Amino acid sequence: MEKGLTDIFRDKIQKEIRIEPKDWMPEKYRQTLIRQISQHAHSEIVGMLPEGNWITRAPTLRRKAILIAKVQDEAGHGLYLYSAAETLGITRDEMYDQLHSGKAKYSSIFNYPTLTWADIGAIGWLVDGAAIMNQVPLCRSSFGPYARAMVRVCKEESFHQRQGFEILLTLGKGSPEQRRMAQDALNRWWWPSIMMFGPKDDESPNTIQSMQWKIKRFTNDELRQKFIDVCAEQVKLLGLVIPDKDLTWNEATGHYDFGPINWDEFWQVIKGNGPCNKERLETRKKAWEEGAWVREAASAYAEKIERKKALLVY
Amino acid sequence: MSSQPKQEWPLWEIFIRSKQGLDHKHVGSLHAADAQMAIENARDVYTRRMEGISIWAVESKYIHASNPSDAESLYDPANDKAYRHPTFYTLPDEVKHM
Ligand SMILES: [Fe+2]
Ligand SMILES: [Fe+2]
Ligand SMILES: [Fe+2]
Repeated sequence: MEKGLTDIFRDKIQKEIRIEPKDWMPEKYRQTLIRQISQHAHSEIVGMLPEGNWITRAPTLRRKAILIAKVQDEAGHGLYLYSAAETLGITRDEMYDQLHSGKAKYSSIFNYPTLTWADIGAIGWLVDGAAIMNQVPLCRSSFGPYARAMVRVCKEESFHQRQGFEILLTLGKGSPEQRRMAQDALNRWWWPSIMMFGPKDDESPNTIQSMQWKIKRFTNDELRQKFIDVCAEQVKLLGLVIPDKDLTWNEATGHYDFGPINWDEFWQVIKGNGPCNKERLETRKKAWEEGAWVREAASAYAEKIERKKALLVY
Repeated sequence: MSSQPKQEWPLWEIFIRSKQGLDHKHVGSLHAADAQMAIENARDVYTRRMEGISIWAVESKYIHASNPSDAESLYDPANDKAYRHPTFYTLPDEVKHM
């Protein structure tokens, strides 16, 4: 081989040729992807909890069916992503272990509580909206299995955001209490959603490398600005107010200016001190541990059937 | 029996036929205790929006793959045989239906 492995790899990245699991890749590329994809998977799985909280109390049968379908989609997203991560040589059990031991992170947005039905609207509009903003460029990520998983995820996300917006729209046209409830949800979910894009670019040391490897296509701040610009327009249709008095259209930049973000809160939640960190992790662990007998029973049953089949053959 | 840790269900590759008349296409993988569970899980994971009418599940350990580093020598024989393609042949414009 005349060319070194590193050169071949770099060449592919340059030419937008996807990297596949069996291709040679730098160890750091592999590790970065394992971390990012597994964290993304964990976020989808933990993300089911705040919404699951409202399934039994959805106001109508229609809303309940929709919410179940959405939460089921999130489980699917987690599974696509775990599978993509496994192609890089980490096992499912290792990833669960990292989540349950607190070693692995997931999106800190899911450490906030869902206090009213309007929160389900705000989550769909803002949290899924921010996720879509993040995920659409990931469909072109340089790692094949990740990009393919994201294509599937993005197709499914769009209804998530629309159903959330529809909930807020309905509440916005409702009684004064319903309008108040919608505004209150927006007040609580706005800033955490803005923080979903991650730390500011100059505090995000991995961004440059990830952009060079084309794992990421836009910086955190670029995506955040895009999201704010879109929401600042959409909110007008809801008749609600984004809780940022500094939010103003800037003719010169062609973007909305926005107020300071409380990064202290962001880091606190990441460190485990958010309102629901403990509860979320406990719930996950409990589900995993209490499901152990089901996993064992299914394995035992599969083995029994195999044995019976073997007996029939010989 | 397998190199997998005992508690982890085996991995399966899932192939789905989206429509009668089309091939089964690889869509991803999942864990399941046996083939029947693999197909049932594939139904839930990969066909929630009528993406398929038929599912194949193949345990991943039975998939044999070519080695990407062999790609050059493996596909090289096809490289210089442009005459296998119809566009290789220049015929007069008067020739119809060919
Ligand atoms: Fe999702
Ligand atoms: Fe997501
Ligand atoms: Fe979603």
